[in-house]
Amino acid sequence: MNEEPTKPCACQAAPKKTSRRDFLLAAGFGLNAVAGALIGIPLVGYVLSSFFKPNKLGKISLGPVDNFPEGKTRFAHYKNPMHREWDGQTADIPCWVRRIKGDDFQVFAINCTHLGCPVRWFEESKLFMCPCHGGVFYEDGGHAAGPPPRGLYTYEVKVENGELFIMGGVIPNLSNQNV
Amino acid sequence: MNKLIDTARGVFLWVDDRLHLSKLYESTAGHHVPQSSGSWFYVFGSATLLCFMIQLATGIMLAMVYVPSAAEAYTTLEYLTFQQDLGWFLRGVHYWGSNFMVGIMLLHMTQVFLFGAYKYPREITWITGVILMVLTLGLAFTGQVMRFDEDAYWGLGIGVAIMGRVPFLGEQLVNMMLGGPIIASETLSRFFALHVFVLPGGVLAIVSIHLRMVLTKGINEYPRPGMLVRRETYDKEYAAILKKEGVPFFPKAISKDLVAAAIVIFGILACACFFGPKGPLGPPNPVQIDTLPRPDFYFLWIFAIAALMPDWMETVALLGGPVIIGLILFALPFFNGTGEKSWRRRPVAVLTVILTYVSLGLLTYLGNTSPWSPEMDAWKADLTPKKFLEGRAPLELQGSLVIQSMQCRNCHAIDGIGGSRGPDLADVGARLTKDQLIRQVIQGGGNMPAYGKNLTPDQVDAVVAYMVSLRTPGVAPARDSSQPGRPPME
Repeated sequence: MNEEPTKPCACQAAPKKTSRRDFLLAAGFGLNAVAGALIGIPLVGYVLSSFFKPNKLGKISLGPVDNFPEGKTRFAHYKNPMHREWDGQTADIPCWVRRIKGDDFQVFAINCTHLGCPVRWFEESKLFMCPCHGGVFYEDGGHAAGPPPRGLYTYEVKVENGELFIMGGVIPNLSNQNV
Repeated sequence: MNKLIDTARGVFLWVDDRLHLSKLYESTAGHHVPQSSGSWFYVFGSATLLCFMIQLATGIMLAMVYVPSAAEAYTTLEYLTFQQDLGWFLRGVHYWGSNFMVGIMLLHMTQVFLFGAYKYPREITWITGVILMVLTLGLAFTGQVMRFDEDAYWGLGIGVAIMGRVPFLGEQLVNMMLGGPIIASETLSRFFALHVFVLPGGVLAIVSIHLRMVLTKGINEYPRPGMLVRRETYDKEYAAILKKEGVPFFPKAISKDLVAAAIVIFGILACACFFGPKGPLGPPNPVQIDTLPRPDFYFLWIFAIAALMPDWMETVALLGGPVIIGLILFALPFFNGTGEKSWRRRPVAVLTVILTYVSLGLLTYLGNTSPWSPEMDAWKADLTPKKFLEGRAPLELQGSLVIQSMQCRNCHAIDGIGGSRGPDLADVGARLTKDQLIRQVIQGGGNMPAYGKNLTPDQVDAVVAYMVSLRTPGVAPARDSSQPGRPPME
């Protein structure tokens, strides 16, 4: 713009009238606001998709009930029902299965209710102990000692045709206590 | 010869005329700083930035081999460590570089705090510094996840357990953090994106503001006791200092930064070569639960707090603590923006620093020894010293077996051997009466599980008989205070 006028021009004489330059500036901002929203909203949606997606539980078989002797607590693991091919070992989720009697089962999540570390079962003292901060739980999952705010998380259990099923696929924590 | 110099000068002037290099120099590396700031106390900022540069360079090279997939990350880590030429060296430098970066950043922050450098007019320098601290700690945590081993897996589990405590939005936040409802492949990819793109990009952006502030408002002069900062006069005073003793940062004030930079690089190299990279520990296999999850050095203090806090304040402290600390740090230059700068006349500031360091140091030490964790193998691996067995009755000896087989030793040491979650049993007979011992074993309490359901009456008798016998020779057993004067009955 080398030809800057030195004397008052028409646009200055009638200041209310929008000049072409002003219009282009407004159009530039406006178009970019629309374009930005069109590209930005899907991006935010992509990032937040896991935020809004409700959790679904899958029905998982832990094998025939006869694998679990009555009155005992046994280690078991299952494939995360929502696993992906490239999950590797992280698709295998452990749990503790307590067969009280007959079809009466309790299946505990491995995660301590304090900070999620894996609890270990001790058959002799009938206690679960956590290696992180010393949380201890009784045979029935009840809180025995240490900092955990509640007893162990339990899975919903079903026995069908002599096979033990649980509903799982979500990492248990205090926000989804019924997993 | 003169002609050569003239030609070189001509070339320089020609280039300078095009690129304005001398102007760039004057406004950046050659900007004037108070001579007093060319001090050993002022090297930590540049040293932190140096660490970040080393992390960028080594990080890019590691990313050329590392595969951020839950199925393959661990294999590529092993490949990097044991097979890839100089892979161990890069991993070592990157690991120790991160430790140095966190450590030197803390020193930098401490120095800035003690020298009052956050006061008027350097509020934004301080605030961007606090953001950089958060980003750096974020890099440290996500970096720990990149070393995708058992500690990384269970470390993520700890993150889930903390996030899950957020009221109302806990579940959504957990899913957002993990990229789904469970720790899996998308979790690692997500943390990889944070660690190599988002957070380093954030650091670069904020560092540029941080450095811009150093140029616009100048580096803090070395504070002298009694020189108070006043909003009305400080700018003039600082200009006067620059006029009187201002020197170009390069080459007049940079020498100590250079020496410090070399020391940092030598330090990182020495640690990388002598100690090597960390891990990877066992594979990230959730089924392998024979594990002792521990965070990296710089987060051990949080690990310790989580064990030592009273239960009722846990959620409030875990979620509210960082927010409150953040708010205090952000607000600091506004509620304490003027006045005395020198630490010699700021006892509260000195005390704050001492208290912070003592707390962090103690908590880190405790986090490292973690006496609150049961020793999972103590019951089958730890010996009972001879003097706690010989000369005892069969019932007492049977009690010692019960103590062993019932995992009591996981939490209770005998003469220092065993877990330290509960009290040492070596002299328990002198501390608790028979009745108290029976009650404690059966009902538990005080952080001990109740064993009433898991021990037969005979076993309780044996255990208690053994524990009554556990005391230093010549010391009488504990006496029931309701029966004064009577000789103790065993």
